[in-house]
Amino acid sequence: MSKQPKFSPAATPETQHYWDGTKRGELLIQQCDACASYYFPPRPFCPKCASRKVTAKKVSGKATLYSYVISHQLRAGQEPFAIAVVELAEGPRMMSNIIGCPQTPEALQLDMPLEVAFEEWDENITLPKFRPAKA
Amino acid sequence: MKSKSIAIVGAAETTKLGVIPDMSEIMLHADAALNAMTDAGLKPSDIDGVATAGMWPTDLAHYLGITPTWADGTMVGGCSFMLHVRHAAAAINDGLCNTVLITHGESGRSRVAAAGFPGGGRQSLLAQFEQPYGIMGPPTMFTIPALRYLKKYNVHLDRLANVAVIQREWASRNPRATNRELITLDDVYKSRVIAWPFHKLMCCLVTDGGGALILTKAERAKDMPQKPVYIMGTGESVESPMISQMEDFTTSKAFRVSAKKAFGEAGISHADVDHLMIYDAFAHLPLYGLEDLGFCKPGEAGDFIWERNTAPGGKLPVNTNGGGLSYMHSGMYGMYALQESVRQVRGTAAAQVPDVKLSVCHGVGGMFAASGTIIMSNEAP
Repeated sequence: MSKQPKFSPAATPETQHYWDGTKRGELLIQQCDACASYYFPPRPFCPKCASRKVTAKKVSGKATLYSYVISHQLRAGQEPFAIAVVELAEGPRMMSNIIGCPQTPEALQLDMPLEVAFEEWDENITLPKFRPAKA
Repeated sequence: MKSKSIAIVGAAETTKLGVIPDMSEIMLHADAALNAMTDAGLKPSDIDGVATAGMWPTDLAHYLGITPTWADGTMVGGCSFMLHVRHAAAAINDGLCNTVLITHGESGRSRVAAAGFPGGGRQSLLAQFEQPYGIMGPPTMFTIPALRYLKKYNVHLDRLANVAVIQREWASRNPRATNRELITLDDVYKSRVIAWPFHKLMCCLVTDGGGALILTKAERAKDMPQKPVYIMGTGESVESPMISQMEDFTTSKAFRVSAKKAFGEAGISHADVDHLMIYDAFAHLPLYGLEDLGFCKPGEAGDFIWERNTAPGGKLPVNTNGGGLSYMHSGMYGMYALQESVRQVRGTAAAQVPDVKLSVCHGVGGMFAASGTIIMSNEAP
């Protein structure tokens, strides 16, 4: 997928740690110290029990394909590509792209195992993406 | 709210619908409002409450020459108007105002002085955690849950495409519908892919228009020119503004909570319902709606529509104006769903269902972020 230089997401104080992590090649997901649930997107409290005692954990990067569309709403030079929601092994879901495989219904089967891979978006932001897991 | 304490006494859409390049967005609000006031036999000086979404209620009130004692600018996307009806009913019952005007106007296609949707900027959660993955508006977000639904219940894609085919049958009976030619499953699949599995005919239109409603106390409604449409029950809820964070991709929590509240207030059962509107921005919405409102068991709505239960002549007519897929969709379609429920309950719809006494009107907003449900009846309290 070609880059979209005009748009650049920017971190907030509550999400900076996440983007610092992806830049280092680590996927950090917060876990509640009190109730042990993992949650996403980042915020400095647990949305299940409201505890402020939470820890950003480096997670396995293992995930499965939960759902997706293959977008034909494209910018110049783009080919149709999947916009997916993946389910992390630790529980939370996140939007992403599936890379390293054809962007077709045949290649993209729901519940297929995936693993995280990092792609630089710009000098500040590195995105977690997912590719088919190696058997 | 107390069932049937409030009535809709004025209802109208803009004079024209579809492509209206000679009208700015605020004038679409005003055109619909003037038509609704004519319908109700009221003047701006008779209105003391205003509610709208997409623009500030201040702008609306001033433009129309209204001095309200109550204003509501609740904006949760396309079902905002269902929430306005609910809030207005509470406000009237509590004495905050007597007569409320709710308006919608949107230059969705022509974009004449169009406000657009407020964005959160590059630091919003959407901008950080969804936008970089290539989303291009609702067609690439609202649609994402559908594949999970189809897989979980082993539903064939034809069941999804068929929603567009059946709704076009209703649109073909409605002279004001944008698209009226009958279509087949083949036509749906031959229309271009927008976001697989969604083809163009499974996605809503983008058109211009507006609508307005006027509400007052039921006891006053009896003396007004139109047959009163009584509000029997109302509900609202919100879930996740990010589609990726929706709790379960096969069911909407906001739908379930909102509908349960409305049905509870109305004190009705599903068998009492003569007519149903389910906001259909995309073809999967009526499936989720039929199931989450309790008309079908999970996974069975596709068959229910396939067996023509929601089609003309069916036992539960749904989206009888043609829906967002074929009638019109300005961006925030909820107002048009409400208008069609009012017409069906009054007995004045283009594709009138015989003997409608009770209509359920269910809206969705901000993808699956919000929901509102309004239940209407023509039977006096």
